[in-house]
Amino acid sequence: MANLTIDGKPVEVEDGATVLQAAKKAGSAIPTLCYHPLLEPYAACRVCVVEVELKGKRELLTSCNSQVQDGMKVWTGSERALEARRLNVEMLLARAPAAEPVQRLAQDLGLSRSRFPVKDPEEKCILCGLCVRACEQVVGASAISFIDRGTERKVSTPFGEESEACIGCAACAYFCPTGAITSEDKYGRRVIHDEMYLGPTTAIRIPIRQAVPMVPFIDTSACIHFKTGQCQLCAKACDREAVRYEMEDETREVEVGSIILASGFETFDPRRIPAYGYGRYPNVITAMEFERLVNASGPTGGKILMANGEEPQAVGIIHCVGSRDENYHPYCSRVCCMYSLKFAHLLREKTKATVYDFYIDLRCFGKGYEEFYHRLLKEGTRFIRGRVSEINALAMTEKEEGKLIIRVEDTLLGAVRRIPVDLAILAVGLEPSLDHNRLAKTFNISCSQDTFFLERHPKLAPVSSFSDGIFLAGTCQGPKDIPDTVAQAGAAASEALALADWGKVELEPITAVIDEKLCSGCQLCVGLCPFTAIAMDKDKGVAVINDALCKGCGTCVAACPSGASFQKHFRDNQILAEIEGLFYDEAEREVHP
Amino acid sequence: MSPENFEPRLVGFLCNWCSYTGADLAGTSRMAYAPNLRVIRVMCTGRVDPQFVLKAFQAGADGVLISGCHPGDCHYKEGNSKALRRHRLLSRVLGQFGIEPERFRLEWVSASEGQKFQQVCNDFTERLRKLGPLNLNGARGGSRG
Repeated sequence: MANLTIDGKPVEVEDGATVLQAAKKAGSAIPTLCYHPLLEPYAACRVCVVEVELKGKRELLTSCNSQVQDGMKVWTGSERALEARRLNVEMLLARAPAAEPVQRLAQDLGLSRSRFPVKDPEEKCILCGLCVRACEQVVGASAISFIDRGTERKVSTPFGEESEACIGCAACAYFCPTGAITSEDKYGRRVIHDEMYLGPTTAIRIPIRQAVPMVPFIDTSACIHFKTGQCQLCAKACDREAVRYEMEDETREVEVGSIILASGFETFDPRRIPAYGYGRYPNVITAMEFERLVNASGPTGGKILMANGEEPQAVGIIHCVGSRDENYHPYCSRVCCMYSLKFAHLLREKTKATVYDFYIDLRCFGKGYEEFYHRLLKEGTRFIRGRVSEINALAMTEKEEGKLIIRVEDTLLGAVRRIPVDLAILAVGLEPSLDHNRLAKTFNISCSQDTFFLERHPKLAPVSSFSDGIFLAGTCQGPKDIPDTVAQAGAAASEALALADWGKVELEPITAVIDEKLCSGCQLCVGLCPFTAIAMDKDKGVAVINDALCKGCGTCVAACPSGASFQKHFRDNQILAEIEGLFYDEAEREVHP
Repeated sequence: MSPENFEPRLVGFLCNWCSYTGADLAGTSRMAYAPNLRVIRVMCTGRVDPQFVLKAFQAGADGVLISGCHPGDCHYKEGNSKALRRHRLLSRVLGQFGIEPERFRLEWVSASEGQKFQQVCNDFTERLRKLGPLNLNGARGGSRG
């Protein structure tokens, strides 16, 4: 440990600490420009200069890269230190007059202007080297460095050309204290609402505020560490040492007694309906994006704003986007009507906008839903019955200038209307999740015509699948709202628990049996059985069926050349009798010779 | 008998999990279709012994339908592929008996395809109506004597 005084105040710090760190501990503020706690000190800006006395010798030192020594006396604001700092800032001001942090610092030090000649009044770069150090020490790319000397010195890629070493992470722009380096997305769509939905995000993040489990994950496709092997700033920031880069996705085998499929849904991608202009007009947004916008923890703090940051004057909500449409999904997604009505209510509550609801039918089927619809009618939401044919920005009158035009046939009026709005919200429907088909194959689940999982029976077994011990819950079985999902999930859970609680499984009494007397031991059935339920009894030279494994498909029975295998309740003579029975009809015999 | 008022009698072996459920769906959905198909439920099309088909023709059927799950969807993993193989083989044998291969049909109808079941029934009935009754040269046995 080292003992020293800072501005007359004694302070004890660890050996190897810098004067700047000691001053911070002592509560003395030292201005810095080129210092960053996560990067190696560089002492480029020299505004952290302080006066130091050691062993009777007084000198000026840059505090960011000078290590403390026992018995040091430091003055952070002595006349000599301030004078040196002023001169340094004056020179920085001459070099980069447009750099705001330098301007502020100059103001603090009582400088109005620089005595030195200004080369470029627009210059912002103070050559602090934070970007160069970040690129090297954090990112590990070393794509930029200083080139040239003296007044020509600047930060650049080799030869000022586009560098292959640059991974486009924009860490340089992030570390730049003056805004001399900026980054922008040049290609691809970048509109404010898209950003809002995903958030101005980082590679390590908690996906949403309501995430379960509530822990961050690393997006390895965006993380610098997975590109260059460096950075690891998040691990440094985590006191609990919970960030592990070496963890990988792994496949685990877990033995279970029953399975509940609750794979959920995706929302319909409205880009598939080009006429609605989603992706072309920034003010055409999806319901999910509106939810994000209206959320108090969202990027606007719950304010409903358009792409230009203004509040909309008129908003259109378009129902049944992708649902009840022969071209996309013929089924009703069940939830859109009610969330659209909720949106209309929130819009009335939070803005002064006129709200239009474009609907085919309003399906307010649940408890309290119809009452909510009536409340909205009283609130003045304008309901227009008809499917929207197009959203465009082609104004035909002055009133329509700068607006989105919603074209719709008002079926109650019997006329085609053009409604100018500022914001259009697409009430996108539900469709099965992306890996729905893979799951269906894996678990051998049938799908109904709407491609959702098929339940064993719509009334008598609504949470069971056709396979014993596999249950369905939620929107993987069909679109449903939260109350219905919770109810079905509860039922699925109790069905699964009932199996576990009982501790035994009932088998269908339709298993196959082999008659030892008839079996010739040909083993044809052994290879045919998909469940490996048939084995050979070597002593007796006959096949034996394991009752617990046999599912009763009867494939072996149909194949047995000696008729030794029979299936209970589906014996050959039973089925043959059924066939005979079908034609045992005296009346018919007369008609059909 | 003229083809117009000939009502073919068809036997269908439907698997319990897909086609029988699909037929059930056609019924509960109140779909109207030709009433000519008489259904025998088996747990899997893999259970359909070739002798059942022969027996059906012998007993008086003008056509036989085997209908099961789509390939890959079999409740018992691969029973329908066994049925497919047996259908191919048996179709050849039927020809040797003088039974037209059109009379013996294999279809995949899933549990959600009530409409397809309706179409298959109507289509099979119409084809058989055109084809006329099965004439086994009076060699018909079984309960029909």
